[in-house]
Amino acid sequence: MGSSISWQETGDGGARVVLSGRLTIDDVATLADALATVAPRAPGLSVDLSAATAIDTAGAWAINSLINRWNDAGHTAEVQGAAPDIVRLIRALTVPPPPVKRRADRGNPVFARLEQIGRAVVHQADNAGGFLAFLGQTLVVLALTLIGRRRLRWHAVAHQGEAIGVNALGIIGLLLFLVGLVVAQQGAVQLRQFGAEVFTVNLIGRATTRELGILLTAIMVAGRSGSAFAAQIGSMKLNQEIDALRTIGLDPIEVLVVPRVIACSLMLLGLAFYGGMCALIAGGLFAWSELAMPPAAYITRLQEVILVSDFAIGMIKAPVFGFIIAIMGCFHGFQVTGNAESVGSRTTQAVVEAIFVVIVFDAFFAFFFSAMGYN
Amino acid sequence: MAALSATLPDDADVAVRVRGLVTGFGDHVLHDHLDLDVARGEILGLVGGSGSGKSVLMRTIIGLNPARAGSVSIFGQDALAADPEAQRALRRQWGVLFQEGALFSGLTVAENIEVPMREFLALPDAVMDGLAAARLRQVGLPAESCTKFPSELSGGMKKRAGLARALALDPPLLFLDEPTAGLDPISAAAFDNLIKLLKDTLGLTLFLITHDLDTLIAICDRVAVLGDGKVLACGTVDQLRAFDHPWVQEYFGGPRGRAATGDST
Ligand SMILES: Nc1ncnc2c1ncn2[C@@H]1O[C@H](COP(=O)(O)OP(=O)(O)OP(=O)(O)O)[C@@H](O)[C@H]1O
Ligand SMILES: [Mg+2]
Repeated sequence: MGSSISWQETGDGGARVVLSGRLTIDDVATLADALATVAPRAPGLSVDLSAATAIDTAGAWAINSLINRWNDAGHTAEVQGAAPDIVRLIRALTVPPPPVKRRADRGNPVFARLEQIGRAVVHQADNAGGFLAFLGQTLVVLALTLIGRRRLRWHAVAHQGEAIGVNALGIIGLLLFLVGLVVAQQGAVQLRQFGAEVFTVNLIGRATTRELGILLTAIMVAGRSGSAFAAQIGSMKLNQEIDALRTIGLDPIEVLVVPRVIACSLMLLGLAFYGGMCALIAGGLFAWSELAMPPAAYITRLQEVILVSDFAIGMIKAPVFGFIIAIMGCFHGFQVTGNAESVGSRTTQAVVEAIFVVIVFDAFFAFFFSAMGYN
Repeated sequence: MAALSATLPDDADVAVRVRGLVTGFGDHVLHDHLDLDVARGEILGLVGGSGSGKSVLMRTIIGLNPARAGSVSIFGQDALAADPEAQRALRRQWGVLFQEGALFSGLTVAENIEVPMREFLALPDAVMDGLAAARLRQVGLPAESCTKFPSELSGGMKKRAGLARALALDPPLLFLDEPTAGLDPISAAAFDNLIKLLKDTLGLTLFLITHDLDTLIAICDRVAVLGDGKVLACGTVDQLRAFDHPWVQEYFGGPRGRAATGDST
């Protein structure tokens, strides 16, 4: 664009290059190419800059690389016709620059892949160990809090409770209401084939109080709050806020984890109950409008089909799920290191693992309580 | 008093012109009809108490913080009202170093420096790597730091890597927020020399926020003092030392100010 380069022979067999125009970063690629066309030769090179109208650091770098190349080949190279400042600018860049690498080398791809697999295994084992340690620490602090040896931060519990529970009422109510409607409608369609439409109430009553209501609420809370815990604690970690807490003498587990764990367990209990109610209401509305079953009859029927044990099982599972979600979120938050990307991946892991473990526990509970005779 | 005015004549060749700028957060008014000019090719130092609004002023000028009133023009172009295309062209004209460094945490130092080049120019990788190495050298970072991630750098190294990124395109206008804070005195002096060299060779214009009296004295052409939401005074260090305002007197006449200006009276 703004620069031109001309190579000339000198009488003694050396070379001379005249650079004119603007030697700036806009043209540095063509400049570097053109300067590399002539191989170094004896006795040397002179670089004429008297016609250059502007030089910036990029231009200086290109000239400097040229000079270095000739010097490395054992020939002289000098700059002519440049202001002293420009010469200083060019000189200032003269280093033995080891070619810059953007990232550390990966090495042989096969070994690199093997290494990656090995690392992942070790990392997972490490992670599991770290998680158990974290779980243990949290349980100890929780126990100490319960017997009054550690302070329970009520303010934090209330604040988290609001974020986890109260603020989720709308979305969880709507979700469970819709699920209740769908279960009732699909159930009615199937049961109608046997003329057993009334059993729709059994389906909706038992499914929501024992399984669906709890599970869906837990999944929603994992998505809403488990992720929030991981991201909050993760960015605090990046910002060295966790270190600051420690140096002040506060235990991050006590300050950050215990309130979240307690609030999440309690709130999931409340939310699961509330969600179940929303599903039952949806089922009732469906029964009223589609099965011509008046609300009073629906309620009586619910009382017959829902066992106290169903309800109790649901209410036992809810706080356990809440605990799992909170501990997963907090654990992954503490595992964040280095950069913003790590916050993202740990947040994802927190949610995915929380939902996975919740479902594993749910399956366990299902078999366990059936084996105990609570069908 | 006229000599210490922060504004230059209307026909002066200015890089940045701020007029009647009002900013604030909530009820709190931070800048109250502030006027300031930065002449093309000068190094303007901005000083003021902690919390006086220096960083916010810089952020407002570069369009990161909304202004409640007033105008900002950069190289004669209205920076606050420019359309997106013009904004992009303007951004090519300046480099910014934030107080906290603001390096991209997911990229290595070399990749951080190459971000502006990648965005605005189509350069071959080899050229970008060479330029990145040259930048690292200029700001005094060891070459092996190029593959490090920001979380692996010391505080001063982050500052210098941020400076290298701000310089990546050799922009004609540089905004630096406390570039020497956290640097050892030798590195700080090297920074002063680098800035002077770049100014002499490239004709840089610099908007420099600093608390470093040595830097102010060594490289600034004029120094503006921010206080009470306005520019209290603007002039050379010597002019300011004679300026009759308690804060300015305290700043330049206090023990540190006297030590830096080599004045033992
Ligand atoms: N995003 C924000 N919201 C509310 N107030 C803010 C915000 N950013 C800055 N402030 C306030 O504006 C004032 C000026 O802040 P600023 O960062 O500009 O100070 P400064 O002059 O750069 O100080 P320092 O020398 O310590 O860097 C402070 O009182 C700060 O509390
Ligand atoms: Mg600041």
